[in-house]
Formats: sequence, C-alpha cells, structure tokens
Amino acid sequence: MEDKNYIRERFFPHIWCPGCGHGIVLNNLLRAIEQLKLKKNEIVMTSGIGCSSRISGYVDFHTLHTIHGRALAFATGVKLSRPELKLIVPMGDGDALAIGGNHFIHAARRNIDITAIIMNNRIYGMTGGQFSPLSGYGTRATTAPYTNIDHDFDVVELAKAAGASFVARTTTYHVKEMADILKQAILHKGFSAVEVMSQCPTYFGRKNRLGDAVDMMEHYKNSTVRVGSKKIEKNPDLIERGVFVEKESPEYCSEYDKIIQKAMGTSA
Amino acid sequence: MSNNIKFLQGNEACAEGALYAGLDFFSGYPITPSTEIAEHLSINLPKVGGKYLQMEDEIGAMCAIIGASLTGHKVMTATSGPGFSLKQEAIGYAVMAEIPCVVVNVQRGGPSTGNPTHVSQGDVNQARWGTHGDHSIITLTASNHQDVFAMTVEAFNLAETYRTPVILLFDEVVGHMREKLVMPEQDEIPLVGRLRTDCKEGVDYHPYLPREDGRLPMSDFGGSHRYNVTGLYHDMWGFPTDKPEAVRELCRHLVDKIENNVHSITRFKEYYLDDARTIFISYGSAARPTLHMVESRRRRGERLGLLELQTLWPFPAGLIREKCADARYIVVVEMNMGQIVREVKMAVKSPENVFLANRIDGELITPVDIRKFLRIIQGKGA
Repeated sequence: MEDKNYIRERFFPHIWCPGCGHGIVLNNLLRAIEQLKLKKNEIVMTSGIGCSSRISGYVDFHTLHTIHGRALAFATGVKLSRPELKLIVPMGDGDALAIGGNHFIHAARRNIDITAIIMNNRIYGMTGGQFSPLSGYGTRATTAPYTNIDHDFDVVELAKAAGASFVARTTTYHVKEMADILKQAILHKGFSAVEVMSQCPTYFGRKNRLGDAVDMMEHYKNSTVRVGSKKIEKNPDLIERGVFVEKESPEYCSEYDKIIQKAMGTSA
Repeated sequence: MSNNIKFLQGNEACAEGALYAGLDFFSGYPITPSTEIAEHLSINLPKVGGKYLQMEDEIGAMCAIIGASLTGHKVMTATSGPGFSLKQEAIGYAVMAEIPCVVVNVQRGGPSTGNPTHVSQGDVNQARWGTHGDHSIITLTASNHQDVFAMTVEAFNLAETYRTPVILLFDEVVGHMREKLVMPEQDEIPLVGRLRTDCKEGVDYHPYLPREDGRLPMSDFGGSHRYNVTGLYHDMWGFPTDKPEAVRELCRHLVDKIENNVHSITRFKEYYLDDARTIFISYGSAARPTLHMVESRRRRGERLGLLELQTLWPFPAGLIREKCADARYIVVVEMNMGQIVREVKMAVKSPENVFLANRIDGELITPVDIRKFLRIIQGKGA
C-alpha cells in the first residue's frame, strides 16, 4: 500500500473528528485507485461543501473544491470538456441530496461517466449536527430537539430511478467490500453512485445515543446484509449492501461525440 | 466583403462573437430573452468540435462552465434576470478561484419573474454586486450588433487577461432586434489566449502566485501540474487558509487586479462631445434613441453630445469626470430607476448638474421621451 503517494502531506492534519468514518472512505478510495493503477494526472476530484468534501484537498490529484451541492455540476463541465479524465466526486448526504439533489438525479439521468460517492453520515457535521434528508424520522439533531419529523429516502432507490447505470451501497465496517465496489464504480462507464454509510460519532452518534465510533461500526455490521440475502425475509429492517445495478447504457460524452459527427456531417 | 454581412438578432451576434473569440464550451438553461444564444450555439458549437451542454438549472450551467474552463477551454453561459440571480454564488466562486469565463445577461424587467419579454436595464448593480463579499468584476454592454459582437470578443479577452468572470450585460431590445452585422475577418480583432505556466513537470507550480505583471499563468486540469482550486480564501498553492495576512492579500488582489486597470478595461464611444453643453450618458439599447435625439437636435443648433458607455464596471469615473468637465447639464439615459446615474453623480465635480432620464415600463425609451426630460431639466416645461 503506497497511500502516501496519493496524499498531500503538506496539508495535514485533516479536519475530521476522532472516530469519523470519512478517513476510512479516503483510505479505501486510494486503495482502489492504487489497485487500478490509475495515473494521478488522469484523476479529477470534485467536491462541494461539508466534512466529506474536504477529501479533495488532501489528495494529490487535480482537485476542485467547489460550492455547496454543486460538485456534480462542476464535474459535468470538467468531464464533458475533457472526457478522457476520470471524475470522482465525494459528497456528503446533505451536499448530494438536499442542496445538490437536483444535480444528483440529473447527472444520473444523463449517465455521464462520473463516480459519485455519497458519504452518508445522516447529519450536517461541519455546521454542528443539524438533521439532513437522510437522518430519518424519529432521530434527533440540534435542529430536531423534539425528534425529527422529516422522512428520509433511500439513496439506492433514488439513484436507480434516476437512471444511474451503476448503483451500490457499502459501509465503513466493510472495508474490503468498499474498496472492491469503488474499483468497480470507477471502472464502470457511465454514472456510478456509491452510498457509503459513514459514522459521525460526534453529532449523529451523540445526539442519538448510538455510542462511540466502534459501536456505530458494529451497528453497520449487524444491521446490514449482502444484497439478495435470505436474512432480510426474516428481518425486513436489515439494509442491503452490495451492487444493485450494473448495466451498459449510452454514456453522455460518447453520445455527444456522435452529435459532433452529425453536426460536422461526418457521421455515417 | 458582402459575403460577410449577416442579418440577425443581437443574441445571435453575441453567439457569433463568442465563436470568433474561440468559445468551445457553452452551458445554459432556457430563459427569455436570452434563449437564442443557447439555440444558436447548440447548432454551431458541435460544427467546430465544441460542446453545448444544457444543464438542469441555471446554477448548474454556471458551475459547468467553470469546470470546463479549468480544463483549458473558452467558456460562456447566457441567461436573463432570474437566472442571473441564481448564478450569483457560482459567479463569486469564479471570482475567488480566478476562473476565466463569460456570463451573458440579456436583461428583462424585474424584480422576480418581472416582465420577461420586455426591455429593462435593471441589473446594472446586480452585475456589480450580485454575489456576496468584497470583489470587483468586469461588465461590458453594447447598443448595436456590431458592438455586441466586438464586446463579446472583448469579454473573452478580458476574462483571460485578468482571470476573472466577465459579465456581458445586454438587454431585450438589443438581444431580439434584427440588424446588420459585418462579420470581421479572421485576425481582424486580436484574441487573447489562455496564459499557461511554463513550469516544467516536476517543478513546483503555484497556481495562485501572481507574476510581476500581476497575471497568473494557469495549468489545465489533466495536465502535468496537480493543484487545488477552492472558493475558500487560499494560499499560493490553492489550499484553504484563514491566516489574516493571506486573507487580506487575496482580497486586495481580487479587487486591485481590476480596479487598478480601469483605464485598460474601459471601452466607450463618444459623439459630438467637443462642443457639447449638454452631455448625455447612456448605454445599451437606451443609447440608440439618445443618439437619434442628439443628432436631430444638433441639426437645429443645440449643442448636445453623447457619451456611450460600453464598460459599466469597473466604473470609468475618471473618463466621466474628464469628458463632462465643461458640461452645463449631464443627463443619464437608462431604463431603470437610476443605477448608473448614481455613479456619475459620484464621479463629477458638480453632482447637482446630473439628471436622470429614464423609462421603466418595459418599453424602449424614445427620442421624444428624452427630449421631454431635457426640456424639464432646462426649465422649458414638458
């Protein structure tokens, strides 16, 4: 493991709290990139605002740390203008699905070749623990002191419905699986959405009495099953992990190349 | 020559100017009265290998062009009032991260949905101050298609020179009016290309370290230099910092790189100023009826002149002061409640001689309207 080669040590220490799951995601993302033998110059990492979005500063790729919710829109511009680049977009649940929800569904619909990683810690961590669209009914947050009446939605179902051609879910407990899924997602030609359940012991854990980081990761172990597992018949509350969609579908940049050929009158 | 004459809309003249300037990536969202720019480019960009991207909203379109600029492309988006409001946060990002890009706002009546198919010049101050935080910005405008074309080319040149977003502030009348455009020959208007770093691979490249002349050479995303771009205050590496001296220096740099170059950025036209006792100052479509009125009254011996502004921001206060030094009356003709007139009053020695002649009902101000204002100002009654 040569993770150090991908890290901008100059910019450490990072901002994440002790026990935060985001470092585990960073570790496995770099593991995946290393195993794929990608060149650093061919990777553009675009991110928005939030704890998760700070990943882009720490890695030695072309990095674009943008505004809240819009990382996928910036990434779309980078990708369409230079399709040979690999676009990786780490986002938090609020960044990707509240303020950035529109860009998320439309990037999926367009099936542009971008890897979106939704690091779902079910809270706005950077601003101090407000409920997010994925906190879920009945949870507590600094802005849901009497419990949350906002319902969450399922990222996987949303991505599937919006047309993403690769959809997966994993957790920070399942690190080997996470690296494998991220590798598949990066290799996949088209829009890939990977939800990573990532613990925030500082806010979501503390507000909801879920224990420390280890307790929260143990909960990921006990509350999730591999996709297609029979266990879910007995216990429908279990959350499925793994690859839900992997299909070939026309990719946006390739399709635009055909438009150029049509416009130039050089297509068959 | 005759082959190079086109009869088209102002919006199309803008699109043609952008293509001439080397535009190869456009992203937009449909909105009246700017949509024809997107339509024209969706047809013509792919013909030259460029990309047209219709995004899911105005914000996304602004973000996408910033991303495409970073890979080394000349980029533009076009919108109108409500869309211009939506783009403001990302325009601020382009200011902070110093990303060359061109943003067209074909003005319509506002606020809010306002008067979508009618003319207004109500976004002058929004162009200057629409995004939050201290900053400076370049805004150009034009009153006819030849100038729309030329100012669009200028906008790309200035965006590259100063690494900044440039606002092209047109209006519904200019955008939708059809008139002649003589297409300039290739090389007739000089073009400014991307200034790229000559740092070799393996040598430290500092994306935010200005050269002695103040310019910052860029490196394309995907090239051999990897660096961070952020909307946070940042150091010469592009990495976030809140060190007071770094914050102060960057804020000053963002303002000074434009405000210290007002003279080089100022574009204007003048008509009959040599002997004018009354000077009209106008811009965009309002300058057309103003010029008509000036010329018709001069035939009757009235000493009227027109200063037509093409650079609105940074405001050419020095130019106004100099040109208006001997004027008895200074009349600003604009189609808003008085946005440029405030700047003119601050610029001249005697602000009490500065008057506003405006129209705000969605109709183009007429020579008769302006003449009426002038008579009232001169104490001759309506």
